[in-house]
Amino acid sequence: MIIDHPLLGPRDSQEFVLLGDASLLNRPDWQAGNAGHAFYEYQYLRDNPAGAHRELWYHEMGDRSWLIVTRDTVTHEVLKVELAADVAAGMASGRRAK
Amino acid sequence: MGLNGGYSGFRILREGLSGNRGWRPAWRDPSPQPAYDFVIVGGGGHGLATAYYLASQFGEASVAVLEKGWIGGGNVGRNTTIIRSNYLLDGNQPFYEFSLKLWEGLEQDFNYNAMVSQRGVYNVYHSDAQRDAYRRRGNAMILHGADAELLDAAQLRAECPFLNFDNARLPVMGALVQRRGGTVRHDAVAWGYARGADRRGVDIIQNCEVTGFRIQNGRCTGVETSRGFIAARKVGCAVAGSSSRVMQAAGMRLPIESHVLQAFVSEGLKPIIPGVITYGGGHFYISQSDKGGLVFGGDIDMYNSYAQRGNLPVVEDVCEGGMTLMPMIGRARMVRMWGGIMDMSMDGSPIIDRTHIDGLYFNGGWCYGGFKATPASGWCFAHLLATDTPHETATAYRMDRFERGYMIDEKGSGAQPNQH
Repeated sequence: MIIDHPLLGPRDSQEFVLLGDASLLNRPDWQAGNAGHAFYEYQYLRDNPAGAHRELWYHEMGDRSWLIVTRDTVTHEVLKVELAADVAAGMASGRRAK
Repeated sequence: MGLNGGYSGFRILREGLSGNRGWRPAWRDPSPQPAYDFVIVGGGGHGLATAYYLASQFGEASVAVLEKGWIGGGNVGRNTTIIRSNYLLDGNQPFYEFSLKLWEGLEQDFNYNAMVSQRGVYNVYHSDAQRDAYRRRGNAMILHGADAELLDAAQLRAECPFLNFDNARLPVMGALVQRRGGTVRHDAVAWGYARGADRRGVDIIQNCEVTGFRIQNGRCTGVETSRGFIAARKVGCAVAGSSSRVMQAAGMRLPIESHVLQAFVSEGLKPIIPGVITYGGGHFYISQSDKGGLVFGGDIDMYNSYAQRGNLPVVEDVCEGGMTLMPMIGRARMVRMWGGIMDMSMDGSPIIDRTHIDGLYFNGGWCYGGFKATPASGWCFAHLLATDTPHETATAYRMDRFERGYMIDEKGSGAQPNQH
């Protein structure tokens, strides 16, 4: 698989390690009343779709950036690559706006 | 079972003398009935074994196995055929030892030649620390009634002289061997269970895809299929690899990711590898089939996948592991490689449990240990379905162990399914 890095261009997936589902960015509020259950769901449960899947990849052998790669789990086609920092910043500003 | 339909040496002789005209299909091809007591979703090794033991051990007569494609077309036909019970943890070892004992009597039990071959499983170690860890594991195995034997380099050299003993980085210092482990003809396991179940009245319904569950007031009353609704008192899902997809139809999210695991076969060679050999310095395991092909594999590809094929980096990684452990295989040519889809659970151990929906039961999360578990998985799942209580060797395989903090993490690598 070739991952088209937003800064470095096309790179072999061998340079990366996968952490997993990008929902791991949505860390629950540890002070909420249901934090125990929320962290169980966050840590252990997965959607695991057959088709488009957003996932966190780490460019370990490259620039050490975290990427969010949208990839088809049936064909292995890479559909979209974003910097995780950009996505996280977008999520944070979305929260502030609320 | 009378002599007439059974398989035996006498039968082969008789059929041979009469032109082999007396053989019949090994199982029927029935149309689905409107209702069963038990519907098993998934006609793989585990589903067929579940149906077989429901009929043979628990006296259940009204059982159907629903299979989307043809039976045995999934992971039971795509593995590296290894059986063993060399586990460390209390939650695992008794279960896998139960499975190995069932393997030992399986062929007589279901009257089918599954070519169970207890040729030994060697786990090679490369450091003092690894030897100590293997010694501990061997002791745990012995305490649970299994067999284990620790070999030093000289003893191992006598049995496997071709290993790379003098490797500078990872010298071969010995091995933990389980003599009762070995290999089995994997397709014959599916066929043997299917035939045995069919002869006991189980309906094996192929080309019948389950598309949904009918759930009323928190109770599962049957399954929607590509061949219409089938009512059931209890529904058991044994669809490892596709567990998340199937259980999603019942509104469930599972502690499972699907990953692809590749396996490889070389051209046929004269007998050179005595048992199953696993590398302790990386991830590589190898045996030699009765046809002579070297059957080997290594790590999963490490990313979520439902494609039954992998990528080149892992192929290279597996072959490098093999070359480091036994350089002699470098001249062999690889003829086939394929991938299978694994239910990678969050602690590397399986689930055999009820769900929060009455009448719906789940068997999955086998990571890449599913094949060796087939008999015990079927027996324990049948036990759960028939009695609503877990079998004594499968009490730890609960769905809620992640929330309650009772993980069975054989590798100690945490909630990282691609690390197990």
